[in-house]
Amino acid sequence: MKMNGSQILVEVLLEQGVDTIFGYPGGAVLNIYDALYINRDRIRHVLTAHEQGASHAADGYARATGKTGVCLATSGPGATNLVTGIATAYMDSIPMVAITGNVGSTLIGKDSFQEVYIAGITMPITKHNFTVRRVDELADTLREAFRIAQTGRPGPVLVDITKDVTAAEYEYTPKQPLDTSVTFDVKPEEMQRVADKINEAKCPAIYFGGGVQTSDAGKELLALMKKAEIPASGTMMAIGTLPVDEPLYLGMVGMHGKVSSGFALDKADLILAIGARFSDRVATDPDRFAPNAKIIHVDIDAAEINKNMQTDDSVVMDAKTFLTNILPYVNENKHTEWLEQIKQWKEKLDYRPKDDDSVLKPHQVMGVIADMIGEDAIIVTDVGQHQMWAAQYSRRNKIRHFLTSGGLGTMGYGYGAAIGAKMAQPNKRVIHITGDGSFHMNLNELCTSVSYNLPIITVVMNNRVLGMVRQWQTMFYNKHYSATDPERKTDYVKLADAFGADGYHCENLDEFKAVFKKAMETTDKPSIIDCAIDKDERVLPMVPAGKSVRDFVID
Amino acid sequence: MQKYILSVIVKNNSGVLARVSSLFGRRGFNIDSLTVSATSDPKVSRMSIIVQGDEKTLEQIIKQVSKLEEAIWVEQLWEEESYCKELLFVKIQASDAADKDSIREIAEVYNAVVVQSSSDSIIVELTEVPSRIDAFLNVISHFHIMDMCRSGVTAMMK
Repeated sequence: MKMNGSQILVEVLLEQGVDTIFGYPGGAVLNIYDALYINRDRIRHVLTAHEQGASHAADGYARATGKTGVCLATSGPGATNLVTGIATAYMDSIPMVAITGNVGSTLIGKDSFQEVYIAGITMPITKHNFTVRRVDELADTLREAFRIAQTGRPGPVLVDITKDVTAAEYEYTPKQPLDTSVTFDVKPEEMQRVADKINEAKCPAIYFGGGVQTSDAGKELLALMKKAEIPASGTMMAIGTLPVDEPLYLGMVGMHGKVSSGFALDKADLILAIGARFSDRVATDPDRFAPNAKIIHVDIDAAEINKNMQTDDSVVMDAKTFLTNILPYVNENKHTEWLEQIKQWKEKLDYRPKDDDSVLKPHQVMGVIADMIGEDAIIVTDVGQHQMWAAQYSRRNKIRHFLTSGGLGTMGYGYGAAIGAKMAQPNKRVIHITGDGSFHMNLNELCTSVSYNLPIITVVMNNRVLGMVRQWQTMFYNKHYSATDPERKTDYVKLADAFGADGYHCENLDEFKAVFKKAMETTDKPSIIDCAIDKDERVLPMVPAGKSVRDFVID
Repeated sequence: MQKYILSVIVKNNSGVLARVSSLFGRRGFNIDSLTVSATSDPKVSRMSIIVQGDEKTLEQIIKQVSKLEEAIWVEQLWEEESYCKELLFVKIQASDAADKDSIREIAEVYNAVVVQSSSDSIIVELTEVPSRIDAFLNVISHFHIMDMCRSGVTAMMK
């Protein structure tokens, strides 16, 4: 059937199973928005306050479902506003297709109004990108974008379309979406070789990351851990992959992870790394990381092998395929002494925050939230101290229920991502944990959740300072509180009211419980709960940047 | 630091050169030279790249370049196991006959050709493997080099 480029775009999105896109209109995408209007019963477009919100929403949608998130923006500033969201998705390997309109072909390269070379700008933060200048290439280019975003290690792909292409007519022929699953060639001798090392180890430890979450391999991981009795330390990106009450799961590892979890890797004689990349937040000092361990690295991306850490053996494979296939080769085993040693570290070294109900202690606030929301609620965070408190204490037991910007560390990520998650999972509660610093970056998106009646609960851990940076200034910069004490006078209750949301303020745990309960009962609009936190609260434990876990700070 | 030669077959799309060079910039890899040339297939081009680094860097470069959607094939080449040449023009200051003779003598040893001789300078052309060009430049380094241009390598597996 003959149709214009904009209609072809909508048809291809539908072909790919897209039900929701997040975006913001503008001159270069007027034709596309016309097609979205005509097809409004077939595809939902969510209008955000800012294109950055749309890109984070597409990311949140993708993280909450595993499907590819889609965002749409106009040329020039519309496109550049997507950049932070695209980079966030890139760093955390989130499948996303970002579509931008550009000026007409004849205006390209002439510094036309609202023209930028967005393909050039996003080159280093996308898996790949395309510029479409001919309508006959549009459909297949979009299909290719979805294929690339979903295949292997996922990531964002940008498709830039000139305005004339969105108006030009061409024959549209429907196609089935491609099967993007990759099958890996499992070699028995390779499995045997790796299993031999696991079987021989006296103090083995598993270090697993977001790759296990992406391939939904928690069950398979647990089977291996139990069969060979191997403890496992998880990264922040892996939160939810293993249940928090699993005794062999040592909890989060890294700069603010559990000391015992870090020590297990530090003292292990064998580390089996699965779907994790030895980032500088875990291997804080790569030269002193796990000095006694032989390292086996399993990753879907060959380029991760030997990138940050020199390994002794490696398997290029997705986590699920690896874990499923290695299991028969691994012996049933006991590591009683090793586990006893870890138990002692847990008792002696792990940080235990002190309760105080008369004020709001971050760990207690997170504890109350975890108690009240149950297993099915999705926690979305921004970046900073609150993010670490949420990671440490929110007790998520399912994959895709803890959404956070790990690699890029994007302050302002949370609200957009929460909107995306709520749109993707309307029957689940979405709790947005933020700080007053991060929230100020993108709180404009409150209008979006009001417009769409999304009962997202925002909990602002409000210490009135830029807490994480301030914590570093306290510990490493002689308390020179440079630009971390903005003395803002924002009244969050009035702010919520102004946007048409519910706002609450609380100063102690009982007050928090009462207002959180009220917020949980609200089903048609967002709530903001302003929690007064002491500005000297720190995230502990902490491994200073560039140091080893042996240099951990606990008070 | 070691030098390595890579031959990369890429899809002949607009922006592919930017994509490869952007990757090198972003990852902090050092390019010594990069040439893009046509192949028998108009849909693909060959990039011959000389990179500097150690074995670990080389491994990363090969893996990261391989990940690019438009990179079809990446291989490392060795001077002795491939056809691999680079073209050099060098303008050397030589105001007296003694200097000129001595430059001609060295040029002869390296099979370089004197393409121009003026009152105060000599221009020498040399087509050779990169390591021989390095060696030649080393030998003439005590002269004043007025200008120099290396083409970058063109290489093909034997």
